[in-house]
Amino acid sequence: MDAIAIQSLDAFLQRVPYVRYLGMRVELAGDEMTAVLPFADHLIGNPVLPALHGGVIGAFLEMTALAQLALAQPARRVPKTIDITIEYLRPARPQETYARAILRKVGRRVANVQVEAWQDSRSSPVAGMTGHFLLRTDR
Amino acid sequence: MADSYDTAPLAARMTEFVPHAAGVGMTLVSVGDGRGVMRVEWREDLVGDPDTGVIASGVVTALIDHTCGLAINAVFDAPSPIATLDLRIDYLRPAAPRTGVTCEAFGYKTTRSIGFVRAEAWDVDKGDLIATAQAAFMLNPRS
Repeated sequence: MDAIAIQSLDAFLQRVPYVRYLGMRVELAGDEMTAVLPFADHLIGNPVLPALHGGVIGAFLEMTALAQLALAQPARRVPKTIDITIEYLRPARPQETYARAILRKVGRRVANVQVEAWQDSRSSPVAGMTGHFLLRTDR
Repeated sequence: MADSYDTAPLAARMTEFVPHAAGVGMTLVSVGDGRGVMRVEWREDLVGDPDTGVIASGVVTALIDHTCGLAINAVFDAPSPIATLDLRIDYLRPAAPRTGVTCEAFGYKTTRSIGFVRAEAWDVDKGDLIATAQAAFMLNPRS
């Protein structure tokens, strides 16, 4: 992993006010990126269970996909989200959440990205997402 | 907040009692007859594109998810425990810069176990949507 890609990814994320609002960050091990969403009270969507808000999980999955695309194509503008389908598998407990993205297809104009989020165990994901993103070549 | 979550009016239960809804500033516009409308105002810290000042799509996602849940409550005219199974969102265009978003959701079919909801979101004009969505919810997931 070259230093420019890491810097560009970090700059991309920390420039987005909403990413700072969520409190999300990314970690890199070689070319493998893991997004981390530390628990915070303002992320709760179900105070009875309690559980993280489904919208927070959706947003975290989508930002993970965008970060993975930014990592793969650091010189390009941030892609635009075309559509996302989120599948909720388990309640997301009030604790740290992780996500990893797979670029299943990166075409000339559109990318298909799959993301999975988990908490205690990666083999018991709390949610998954598939999304299409419009790649932009203009600077 | 004198009420507890269980006894609070629906509007409060959908906003001030839900930390994330309160955090991003969601408000209940109207509810009834299987329909719910909620809104989130533009705020500097909710921006998704610092170059344009457009609200983050993640905020729209949370608003849509939340309003769909409100619509299920509106179908039963009573608080119902629900869990989102899936949520598909089409982002038709970005919201206008420095502009909030309104979402209307409609619970158009419920069975004993499942509720199906459609939702639309717009920034300025209801005739010019920014996103459409379709969701399925499990009803009474703990029973």
